[in-house]
Amino acid sequence: MTALLEVSDLVRKYDVRQGAWPFGRWATLHAVDGVSFKLEAGRTLGLVGESGCGKTTTAKLVLGLVPATGGEVRIAGERLPPMGSPQWRALRRRMQMVYQDPLAALDRRVSVGRQVMEPLAIHGIGTPAERRERALSIMDGVGLAPHHFDRYPHELSGGQRQRIVLARALVLDPQLLVCDEPISALDVSIQAQVVNLLLELQQRLGLAYLFISHDLRMVRQISHEVAVMYLGRIVEQGDPDRLFSQPAHPYTRALVSAIPVAHAGRRRRMVLAGEPPNPVDRPAGCAFHPRCPFAVERCRSEMPVLRTLADGRRAACHLAEALPRSIAA
Amino acid sequence: MDEPLVSLKGLTVDFDTGKQVVRALHGIDLDVGRGEAVGLVGESGCGKSITWLAALGLLGRTARVGGEVRLGVRNLIGAPVAELEHVRGGRIAMIFQDPSSSLNPVHRIGRQLGEALRLHRDLDGASAAAEARRLLDRVGIADAGRRLNDYPHELSGGMNQRVMIAMALAGQPDLLVADEPTTALDATIQAQILDLLGEIRRDSGMAMVLISHDLGVVAENTDRVCVMYAGRIVEDAPIATIFGAPSHPYTQGLLAALPELEGPRRPLVPIAGVVPEPSNLPPGCSFAPRCGRAIADCERAPPIVARIAGGHRVACIRA
Repeated sequence: MTALLEVSDLVRKYDVRQGAWPFGRWATLHAVDGVSFKLEAGRTLGLVGESGCGKTTTAKLVLGLVPATGGEVRIAGERLPPMGSPQWRALRRRMQMVYQDPLAALDRRVSVGRQVMEPLAIHGIGTPAERRERALSIMDGVGLAPHHFDRYPHELSGGQRQRIVLARALVLDPQLLVCDEPISALDVSIQAQVVNLLLELQQRLGLAYLFISHDLRMVRQISHEVAVMYLGRIVEQGDPDRLFSQPAHPYTRALVSAIPVAHAGRRRRMVLAGEPPNPVDRPAGCAFHPRCPFAVERCRSEMPVLRTLADGRRAACHLAEALPRSIAA
Repeated sequence: MDEPLVSLKGLTVDFDTGKQVVRALHGIDLDVGRGEAVGLVGESGCGKSITWLAALGLLGRTARVGGEVRLGVRNLIGAPVAELEHVRGGRIAMIFQDPSSSLNPVHRIGRQLGEALRLHRDLDGASAAAEARRLLDRVGIADAGRRLNDYPHELSGGMNQRVMIAMALAGQPDLLVADEPTTALDATIQAQILDLLGEIRRDSGMAMVLISHDLGVVAENTDRVCVMYAGRIVEDAPIATIFGAPSHPYTQGLLAALPELEGPRRPLVPIAGVVPEPSNLPPGCSFAPRCGRAIADCERAPPIVARIAGGHRVACIRA
């Protein structure tokens, strides 16, 4: 069976000027540098990493909102057509995006109901009466009441606004939702409501999610598989429980141990020195080596490839087998 | 027990919107001891930031502040501006969530640090420059001498937060109020900044109030937590009690809504409903409409804060 979404060796480069105009020299920024993954229908792939690691660029590449410099995206076996073409428009019905800030994603001057119906109008589906009915039933499905139909976004709470964004994405009956930090702007008690809703919708509608977040706890809660990105590359990928309890890559290990735990009894923390390097100036060899406490000579010269380890997960580290796995150590 | 360093007594804040007066803070009682680290948690709009902005007289003219803020023998509420200016930065310093918007983008780091040193320590010229270099060094900025000539945009978010911490330390304060100091930063940088704050506290004995929405951040970096909801402190207890045996249904709800990183995955239990608007609070206990254990009595009057054990206060008649 072909996967719903298959991404192979995806690359996106940007030409940037370093230094002040007009004197700076041109350099190449590798925002996404050879990313490959598969996502089956009804499953969730979590994408984690720090800002600037290429998570959001990957999401935009998947939807064709940004053209790729190299590699390809296949939806149900078919190559993604160029953005704006009629084929691309038709395909976009099947894949929708959910953004971080619902208020920015919604039009403040348009009532909630009209915004939920709008995708149907764009794609010329149904009569106005049918669209209204469809919108009301989708809104009911995400926990909004009929009286919300004529309200405006500013009259609703943050959690309700994110439900509107979800309703609007779901109204076309998509197979894939790309969620870019969908709960980061919400309060803790509301985050749980939205995550539970996403899980329930997946069960009911068989949706696939590409779920991007910096919150590892929420990613573990929702994902069947997790990919950790660093400087435009996947450095570790696998089952979330195993990946977070016994990370193979030192960067995953640092990310996990950086998370403060909400109960008494503290763990030992692996605090990384320094900051993520500028993606224009990728270090030679393993991009993580300047911050890695385990780096050896080989890491400075030879770039590790993402390879499958004995337990089935994939990691891009020369020392993956040799390093201790336990976080508690 | 020793005299607390700072003591908030019945602190209230009312905002005059022109049409109506809305009460945002309903009488906060909070003591911070010398060298103590107190966490303040709650969801957006619960009043955790307002509490300290009000205490330091940093709210605008539309805010009416009542109650007392005791620092030694002084009451800061209604104190003359000159006195407040001495306290702010000198005795109590504050750092904020977004360091790049707290720093002045058109002045070099060194000049901004120098200004703080001149105001609070009467340092000038070479002695100020030397002290600025020492402070940058103290907050872990490599090559401090050269960095003094940088502008904020030339530094990363984590570096700018280190600069903010250095500026806060310039006045050698007794209390640092850190308002979501790491929320805008990446996880690995957050860990660095929190470690730095802990280290500075161990060395200097400075007290800290850590305001955060992240229970984990507070758990690992403070001795005691106050949970706030709709402008009130609903529970105040040592870390081990809050996370081991929370009494208030809201605290219990917050913990149940939080996923774990280890162990079996369990379904999250969200708190039903939403936080009420300050202008439209329900009668009685503000949490009652969202509370699974509410009874008719909960809607009669706001619950009184009761001390149920040494150092553990709860505002709930069902606790």
